[in-house]
Amino acid sequence: MSAITRDEVAHLARLSRLALTDDELDHYATQLDAIIESVAKVAEVAAEDVPPSSHALPLTNVFRADEVRQSLTPEQALSGAPAVEDDRFRVPRILGEEA
Amino acid sequence: MSLIHKTAAELGALIAGGEVTAVEVAEAHLDRMAEVEPKINAFLHVDRETTVEQARAVDARLGAGERLGPLAGVPIAHKDIFATADMPTTAASKILEGWRPPYDATVTSRLRAAGLVILGKTNLDEFAMGSSTENSAYGPTRNPWDLSRIPGGSSGGSSAAVAAYEAPLSTGTDTGGSIRQPASVTGIVGMKPTYGGSSRYGLIAFASSLDTPGPFARNVLDAALLHEAFSGHDPMDSTSIDAPVPSVVEAARQADISGMRIGVVKEFGGDGYQPGVLARFHEAVELLESLGAKVVEVSCPSFSTALPAYYLIAPSECSSNLARFDAMRYGLRVGDDGTRSAEEVMALTRAAGFGPEVKRRIMLGTYALSSGYYDAYYGQAQKVRTVISREFEAAYHQVDVLVSPTTPTTAFPIGERADDPMAMYLADLCTIPSNLSGNAAISVPCGLADEDGLPVGLQIMAPVLGDDRCYRVGAAVEQALESRWGGSLLSKAPAL
Repeated sequence: MSAITRDEVAHLARLSRLALTDDELDHYATQLDAIIESVAKVAEVAAEDVPPSSHALPLTNVFRADEVRQSLTPEQALSGAPAVEDDRFRVPRILGEEA
Repeated sequence: MSLIHKTAAELGALIAGGEVTAVEVAEAHLDRMAEVEPKINAFLHVDRETTVEQARAVDARLGAGERLGPLAGVPIAHKDIFATADMPTTAASKILEGWRPPYDATVTSRLRAAGLVILGKTNLDEFAMGSSTENSAYGPTRNPWDLSRIPGGSSGGSSAAVAAYEAPLSTGTDTGGSIRQPASVTGIVGMKPTYGGSSRYGLIAFASSLDTPGPFARNVLDAALLHEAFSGHDPMDSTSIDAPVPSVVEAARQADISGMRIGVVKEFGGDGYQPGVLARFHEAVELLESLGAKVVEVSCPSFSTALPAYYLIAPSECSSNLARFDAMRYGLRVGDDGTRSAEEVMALTRAAGFGPEVKRRIMLGTYALSSGYYDAYYGQAQKVRTVISREFEAAYHQVDVLVSPTTPTTAFPIGERADDPMAMYLADLCTIPSNLSGNAAISVPCGLADEDGLPVGLQIMAPVLGDDRCYRVGAAVEQALESRWGGSLLSKAPAL
């Protein structure tokens, strides 16, 4: 039995905002199936009572004084933008036609 | 001896003594790059003028009596995943083609402050995801030992540049082995510092809980000098450790391991390991014993699940980190013809801008984090991470450092594993545990495999903030082996 179906891969691609072709979906379905089957080995470790580690070091929150400091100018912040209008990022429409 | 064959320490001393200028040293390396780059392809961006300009500025600073560190005027190749305000920064991805960051990474600004001269930006697997540098959107880098083979990855441009004498030093980042494995397969030294020992600010993020900047060099002392130049606490990185940098340069100079306790990890070896790699490794262990170390076998049974845990944790973090490439604020934008929505433009851009390995990992991470699968995959992987850290901790109660081969095989041929992700992932089998636990680890050359005459690396692992132990043991091994070989391992490499 496969760990992941082609439909599930298509769903993951939508969630990941990746417009994949049909060929790509076929290809990734096969590969992800093999990878997921392999990484499922983590289940072999008995770890019910073990706390999870999200991080290697026991760090707590780090704070700094809330002071105004120099930051990027609008020109710098917009310097890599694909499209700019009136000192702002120009983006495609974000609402549907009916909105 | 020509300038390109000198060590970084020697070059720094010559420049400080006024015997040669930083400009002369930079030009010697730029000439070497012009000569061998058509074969190696280690660099994604080179700008002779900007480099010579930097060197001239360092000469002026030294001339004005400014006291810079021991590497002032020494050239360096910089991995193209660190932000540089004066050079493009692409992470070897089409999605960032030509992007110029508005600021320098902390590592970059520390290199500049120490007077290092940046020769250019080096090739890598796209967003540092890979073990061969074949996942670069700008073509593979070739191994100077054999141009048909990979230079390791993800920092393969950085390892190849140093091994090809294009630069005496380079920077890398290590998330699952991306410094140590390339160092191993190109016959040079590569160090992954303790996680949090070097700053991630301005480093394009792959897996934030694992990413660690570190040095490449042709010898242990040079690596230590570079380590010291850019490491240490950075208020701009909230996971940076607020403690002094371990005394790595002193340790590299001492190179004395008498009385040290060294553990051989029982689980690393056997099936899947190339015989020539194991032979050189076992000789290195005997050498450590002959130098006065006490060698014992140590068992870390859960290390066999480090690889699967890593391939859940790293893709999960990457799927979240790479969400920032949304075609809105910087980088590529595709399909914005006035009829498409932002979401459609985003999906088209990401499909066009990311390569296959990046897409695979984003989808794998999205899967591992999705409700219904989270506990079985990401949650369980985090628990395995705890178990592995505990096994390291127990091992370090018995010994001062652990040793293993750096990677199970020598450099494999370009193309061999390109479309077999699981085979590719095995290259990081021995390096991944140290990323999960955050401890320090180095790879130093320990000989050539009999089957193919290619370099083998010895990995030395030490506890968190025990970076100096890696250098101490690494320097002792280097000294003993180089006297046996009558020179460096790299001097045996074929001429380019």
